[in-house]
Amino acid sequence: MDATLKKDNLLVSVSPHVKSEESVSRIMWTVCLSLMPALISGVYYFGPRAALVTALCILTALFSELLFKRFVNADSTINDGSAFLTGLLVGLNFPATVAFYIPIVSTFFAIVITKQLFGGLGYNVFNPALMARAFALITWPRAMTTWIEPTAKFIGVDAHTTATPLGILKEDGLDKLMAVFGNASSMYTELFFGHRAGSLGETSILALLIGAAILLYKRYITWHIPLSFLGTAALLAWVFGGKTGLFTGDPILHLLSGGMVLGAFFMATDYVTAPSLKAGQILFGVCCGAITMMIRLKGGFPEGVMFAILIMNCFAPIIDRNFKTKVFGAKKANKDKGK
Amino acid sequence: MGLSTFSRGIHPPDMKELSSGSPLKPAKQPSTAIIPLSQHIGAPCTSTVDIGQVVLAGQQIGSAGGFVSAPVHASISGKVSAISVFPMANGRMVPCIVIENNNQNQFVDFEVNKDFMSLSPEELKKKITAAGIVGMGGATFPTHVKLSPPKEKPIDAVLINGAECEPYLTADHRQMIERPADVISGLKILMKVLGVKNGYVGIENNKPDAIEKMTEAAKSESAIKIITLEVKYPQGAEKMLIKAILNREVPAGGLPMDIGVVVQNVGTAAAIYEACALGKPLIERVVSVTGNGIKNPSNLIVKIGTTFSQLIEECGGLNNNAVKVISGGPMMGFAVFSLDVPVTKGTSGIVAMSENQVDATEKHGPCIRCGRCIEACPMGLIPSMLSIYSERSMFEGAKEYHLFDCFECGSCTFVCPAKRPIVQFVRLAKSLVKP
Ligand code: SF4
Ligand code: SF4
Repeated sequence: MDATLKKDNLLVSVSPHVKSEESVSRIMWTVCLSLMPALISGVYYFGPRAALVTALCILTALFSELLFKRFVNADSTINDGSAFLTGLLVGLNFPATVAFYIPIVSTFFAIVITKQLFGGLGYNVFNPALMARAFALITWPRAMTTWIEPTAKFIGVDAHTTATPLGILKEDGLDKLMAVFGNASSMYTELFFGHRAGSLGETSILALLIGAAILLYKRYITWHIPLSFLGTAALLAWVFGGKTGLFTGDPILHLLSGGMVLGAFFMATDYVTAPSLKAGQILFGVCCGAITMMIRLKGGFPEGVMFAILIMNCFAPIIDRNFKTKVFGAKKANKDKGK
Repeated sequence: MGLSTFSRGIHPPDMKELSSGSPLKPAKQPSTAIIPLSQHIGAPCTSTVDIGQVVLAGQQIGSAGGFVSAPVHASISGKVSAISVFPMANGRMVPCIVIENNNQNQFVDFEVNKDFMSLSPEELKKKITAAGIVGMGGATFPTHVKLSPPKEKPIDAVLINGAECEPYLTADHRQMIERPADVISGLKILMKVLGVKNGYVGIENNKPDAIEKMTEAAKSESAIKIITLEVKYPQGAEKMLIKAILNREVPAGGLPMDIGVVVQNVGTAAAIYEACALGKPLIERVVSVTGNGIKNPSNLIVKIGTTFSQLIEECGGLNNNAVKVISGGPMMGFAVFSLDVPVTKGTSGIVAMSENQVDATEKHGPCIRCGRCIEACPMGLIPSMLSIYSERSMFEGAKEYHLFDCFECGSCTFVCPAKRPIVQFVRLAKSLVKP
């Protein structure tokens, strides 16, 4: 028989025998990449310390993940990129001026408590990066709400402390905020480009939208969560956000400030902690938007994105269980999915 | 846009260019044919020959074991040398009749009937039954059973499946290009047997030459429509094809006949024509021997019972980097453990995969709930939950997620970034719970 005809060492496996090129690590690393514009803008506005804080978060995340896996005798999962991504997101959620031990402890908390103790990637209920921010905010409230004015200078930062636009809005009202920026249009411009106080990765809407466009183009995220989130928030801001009565609020201001864009595109869309069904995702987004605006307008904190997403994370599994897909050939969408 | 299709589904690289340009060519006759007595869904055949007996090509050697069964015929002339069990491509052991070729090429006299369309539906059906015709797309359901719907289920449409949505395979494609008239005649016979006024041929848009040839062949047939389908897997699955062409949904757990439809594949239609017009039983079929692991990918007309090894040899052999050989297409086919298995009525292709296409060490991770599988599932299921329940041995839970509506097309597994073996979990669960 033909010498090239192999007969004894054929590989046997079950179908399908072809798979897509997509992988968890490719997704994670692409999301990391899509956040680079935001990180760069953070460094641009808040100086090299922004990079340092983020690097610390990433290193802590990788180290914590490695340590935990070693501790439980499991294979390392560093290469899947999810720990790196968590570290990066934690970094982007901190003020650039924060004392170094805070991001380190918080990131450790995110990886070990929020992610690994719940079972690791795929099993965590809460978004780890947001848990880190919540943890830090509750443990070190002063440090986490001390903001510096952005400066486009890289060295010799002579940082003034200041409040975030939402902080000013909450404490002193819209007129004061306008006074800071001059007029409405220059306020929108400054907010859009990111020239404002805030977490180091959340301020530049432009940078975040570039990243979001990459993810949407790659179909790593879909419009369902971000659009319903932002749409609901904008609507509520317009209806209830005004001082002079209903329908006088400023939706653009609310969309551009705080962590709204970062949250809607990069945090609320986290696969693991959001619903998987599209209909459920829309409900999830609407609720996130509503809770955010409730906190911003009526709550004790100027910003509500983080709590809104964390609260909705709890509901994601329930939402998934109660939304059905239309099963092919079924008379109607099945009523008794799950338990 | 605007082409007929179904919801969801996937777009695997179709890889058809390897063999789509290679014209149909008769393969060399095998020196030994291993003819299984069970090449169909249903009762196995009973052998009607004895060891040592000389048989002619086309002679019936196994009689149907019941209504849901189909007779088998000798594909070559020669002496019966053994009747015993042999392994099939899917790993099952099946009783087979082995014929040593006497190289005389003696055929039984086929009953040619030029005027076959004037035969009565009953006579036509009898010929189809006697020819041992089964679904040649891979399902191998006996055709005459589909042609005998119960009275309360009137049929009003016959569909010919020319989607050929499995990557690599080009057997149906070549048949539509080279024998379009036979396929159309087969469809006309089916319509006559079933008393149906509407015939359709669904062809995916990646075969424009086939669409052209088939449209040409059906030009004078006002009752037959050629439908261009979007290229999408699994477009050729019966339920998806019916949805695309007629916008009807086969009820969950039901059959196409429940909504008045009979579907047959292109190769089957051509075989039906041969049975009725030429009196020829199903003793050969077109097989695409292709894949990156094959030296000269081809579409061969193969005698049933020819071994894979002989066909691969005829196509120049395997490349050095070939590691896996699949019977059927890569989405739903079986990886064979030996090349000494025979081609049967349901073997649509032999695909050799090369090393760089196969990752034998791949490990799967936990579900990251990305929802890709849900977006892919043509049945509208939630494959992630099926896999999670099955992985945790909670098979009853899987049932609540419509386990038994899954037809194992593999779309979910194809897209899963965590490389979860979802279909395998589904099969495991199916084998451990009752429907
Ligand atoms: S769950 Fe079944 S029907 Fe759905 S994509 Fe997976 S294999 Fe196909
Ligand atoms: S595609 Fe895979 S990882 Fe994504 S939801 Fe489905 S099973 Fe989970």
